[in-house]
Amino acid sequence: MGFINPYLYLLFLIVYPFNTPQGLFMLIAFLLGLSIDTFEDSGGIHAAACVFIAYIRPIILRFSFGISYDYQTVKLSNTPYGARLSYIILMVLLHNLLLFILEMFSFSHVYLILKKTFFTSIFTILLVLISLTLFKPKRR
Amino acid sequence: MQQIFNFLIRNKNNILFLLLFGLSLFLTIQSHSFHKSKFISSANFITGGIYKKANNIQSYFYLEEYNERLLEENNLLRNKLSNVPDTLFNDTFIDSTVYEGIYEFRTARVINNNYSKVDNYITLDKGRKDNILPESGVVTSQGIVGIIDNASKNYSRVISILNSDSKINAQLKKTNHFGSLVWNGKDPNIIQLIDVPRLAPVKKGDTIITGGKSLIFPRGIPIGNIVGFALDENGSYYTIDIKLFNDMTNIGHVYVIVNKDRKEIRELEDIDD
Repeated sequence: MGFINPYLYLLFLIVYPFNTPQGLFMLIAFLLGLSIDTFEDSGGIHAAACVFIAYIRPIILRFSFGISYDYQTVKLSNTPYGARLSYIILMVLLHNLLLFILEMFSFSHVYLILKKTFFTSIFTILLVLISLTLFKPKRR
Repeated sequence: MQQIFNFLIRNKNNILFLLLFGLSLFLTIQSHSFHKSKFISSANFITGGIYKKANNIQSYFYLEEYNERLLEENNLLRNKLSNVPDTLFNDTFIDSTVYEGIYEFRTARVINNNYSKVDNYITLDKGRKDNILPESGVVTSQGIVGIIDNASKNYSRVISILNSDSKINAQLKKTNHFGSLVWNGKDPNIIQLIDVPRLAPVKKGDTIITGGKSLIFPRGIPIGNIVGFALDENGSYYTIDIKLFNDMTNIGHVYVIVNKDRKEIRELEDIDD
């Protein structure tokens, strides 16, 4: 297998306030991805994956949290655990899948893409969950 | 006109998405095509500077290991030097002006190294200012590392041999059968030598060296040992697995090989076009 490189920066896109305008959020995600690309020498794969999940985040949110998302009352820290988990898993999986498809850039490596997506996602999700429990917002 | 504006405003998110996504796809595709000068690369002013700062601190922790490697290399060179069979005899024959050769070595420090992706790059802390230009070979005392593809004023970027774009001429040490060195993206210690003719006497444990059929590497730089081999589907060429002498996950200082005659040879080769 070699090396697994979890992408903790996804945490930023996961916890970013849900009620920001979509356009602004996509721009921020693009800049985040692009800055990672410059350091990693990976062309534009992180930027593409970030913009993609920023674009479909409302759909995932509606899928995971149901109708309450539409009233803009959802905060990640006070949602039911199952819904939060499904939201995080979906975000990370979709991001990593697109990331590795673009990285390999050929469909002759489908098996390798899926394997890398699977293992990287597991570790990213674990790290995201740990960070979320460690840095809980203070209740007043 | 009103309708066009309405359409644009209604779909502003979709349009922005397509724009940004298209831009990043463009950058991705550009990075997959070999040899293009890129702005988005770790050899630019900002990223190179940050990597260098970070590496300045990090390198202290590896000082002992680097010293050991240097000692080892000095030992090797000293052995070679003191075991020249008959110095008197050699002195009369070695013509120092010819012996100098066309390759010049320069030292550089690795400030960023990747090995877990499919296309890996390494960043060095020297660039055009130190006369390091694209298409120079990069080696360590133990083996080859890659080829420089992008050089800014103070930094340069190396296409690691652990990169799907990398293709280096290499041959068996015993005979002159040669092939191309590629990487299948799996294990950072094992790379593949393809297109070696079936006639070649391939054995486990044999050494692979650079072939010298390019301007980039001189002939005879060690690469690794054969750990396994198989014939391809047609049964006419070997694909050989090579264990690198170099630990690609742990490179500190490297030598950049500058070919002094490159410009002249290039000009000669370009006459056809």
